Amino acid sequence: MTGVRNGEAVVRVENLHKSFGALEVLKGIDMEVDKGEVVVIFGRSGSGKSTLLRCVNFLEDPTSGMIEVSGVRLEGGHRTKGKREQVRQLRIKAGMVFQSFNLFPNMTVIGNVIEGPVTVKSIPEADARAIGLDLLDKVGLADKADEYPIRLSGGQQQRVAIARALAMEPEVMLFDEPTSALDPELIGEVLAVMKSLATDLHMTMMVVTHEMGFAREVANRMMFFHEGVILEQGTPDEMINHTKYPETKKFFEAVL
Amino acid sequence: MGAGETRPPAQRPTNRLEGMAQASARVPFKLKVAVVWIVIFVILAFLFNAADFDTEFMRSRADFVLKGLTYTVIIAFAGIILAVLMALIGSLGRLSRNPIAYGVSGFYTSFFRGTPLIVQLFLLAFALPVIVGNLGLPQSIEDLLTLDPFIVGIVALGLNYGAYMTEIFRAGIQSVSHGQSEAADALGMTYGQKMKRVVLPQAFRVIIPPTGNEFIAMMKDTALVSFIGVSVEQSEVFRRAQLAGVEDFNPVEAYLLAAGVYWALTAVFTFFQSRLERRISKGYVRGAPTAAPKGTNIVSVSGQGSSGGDLPMVVDEGVPGPELGGQGH
Repeated sequence: MTGVRNGEAVVRVENLHKSFGALEVLKGIDMEVDKGEVVVIFGRSGSGKSTLLRCVNFLEDPTSGMIEVSGVRLEGGHRTKGKREQVRQLRIKAGMVFQSFNLFPNMTVIGNVIEGPVTVKSIPEADARAIGLDLLDKVGLADKADEYPIRLSGGQQQRVAIARALAMEPEVMLFDEPTSALDPELIGEVLAVMKSLATDLHMTMMVVTHEMGFAREVANRMMFFHEGVILEQGTPDEMINHTKYPETKKFFEAVL
Repeated sequence: MGAGETRPPAQRPTNRLEGMAQASARVPFKLKVAVVWIVIFVILAFLFNAADFDTEFMRSRADFVLKGLTYTVIIAFAGIILAVLMALIGSLGRLSRNPIAYGVSGFYTSFFRGTPLIVQLFLLAFALPVIVGNLGLPQSIEDLLTLDPFIVGIVALGLNYGAYMTEIFRAGIQSVSHGQSEAADALGMTYGQKMKRVVLPQAFRVIIPPTGNEFIAMMKDTALVSFIGVSVEQSEVFRRAQLAGVEDFNPVEAYLLAAGVYWALTAVFTFFQSRLERRISKGYVRGAPTAAPKGTNIVSVSGQGSSGGDLPMVVDEGVPGPELGGQGH
């Protein structure tokens, strides 16, 4: 796979700044993610990679800059009442998968998956259920539909979380360290599902991860975050084998 | 040392005290507690007898006093419903970043927790009509705000308990992990949808047991309503006891009767409350992720002691896509 940009950007980030108090975590990020592209974002902890992802769907309010997801374009800065509704519209187009899964423990597996379509999109429950079961089948958990999340392993929970995000038919999927909380033997099943999203569904994906095997195989583009800026980006081959920066090289030495 | 001297001394009691201690250890704790209760009741019965109470009076007026139970329970139920509503609104206000919501709910809890319930009852019953009268409002609104004493009782209890329960509700809502709220946000839920579907259902598991306690406490505080001049027909247990006692010059017997009625009433509800609490805590173990801090792997924690066989650790068949090779670990 080569990182051919097709010019049809699903996500646009322009001059994004984010500060927590006096600490500036993102120092002017510009990037685009094209339709069907898989972008892996990596870097040291504290480099701002997760914050970027959380700014894209406004789980963090950007201090300044511009975010656009599938045509919904929003300025950073103070959140006003009118903006709240736009943020919601933007979030509907961006599916999010969290490090700690965050499944709703008070709902069954299928309940988790259809919650978005039924509550947010007002899709009739029977229709949503059919779609949900199909998605659970895709992530290999159709037989767990009526279980509660607590009865599932971490890897299974994360796959349900992926199905839950997919049920909203998002334009882009955001993965925030989706395998970091998993026991090593459970990581593979989650990565396999993510890979099938990319290869079978041609899903646009932004993935914050340290799984370099996954990046090498699935990513069209890799981005190295360092101290709040994108220090370097390129194809997995360019990044892993021919990096120009000592910081990137040092990082690879640590994780590979 | 001779062989005969090696017998362990603990086998046989060395003195009478130790013998009693050993015998006592064989009696179940619950049985001992039952004996203690029986002894207390025997002493009370003796005192009751010695005091030479007018049992004929107690028997004859029991019906009249017991009729008040209906009103006691109505006041308590209506009061707790109002309190739950106030606590829900109050806690959402306390957790809001809207300055008006935060400020108003702060004033509410501060005033109603900072003044005695009996004072609030008197203010509502006697001061409010005066204030309303002096405002020069249209007669229809004045009539609306001039409350029946029975309603005043419900409103005062509801507002007072609602202020205390605001804190219970706030803590319950805050016990739901932030990740739950973020997951709901990420799906595009509105604030109302998020609260109704995700946060409150999980918070209620924490909120319901202490709310039951508040309800039981409120049933006893309904006695305060007797001070604001409710009609005889609508009077609750304590007021009826007072009336009966004054009428027949038997106040002590009347109060004893009232105490017995309240005690029986709360005993019944405490029984149901503790059953409810046990049922909820059972469910809570299974639903443990609500209390787990963000980032912890819930399954690996809770799966240890319980039915671990239900947690397959292998990749299920049916995961689409070929196996991933060369994961760089």
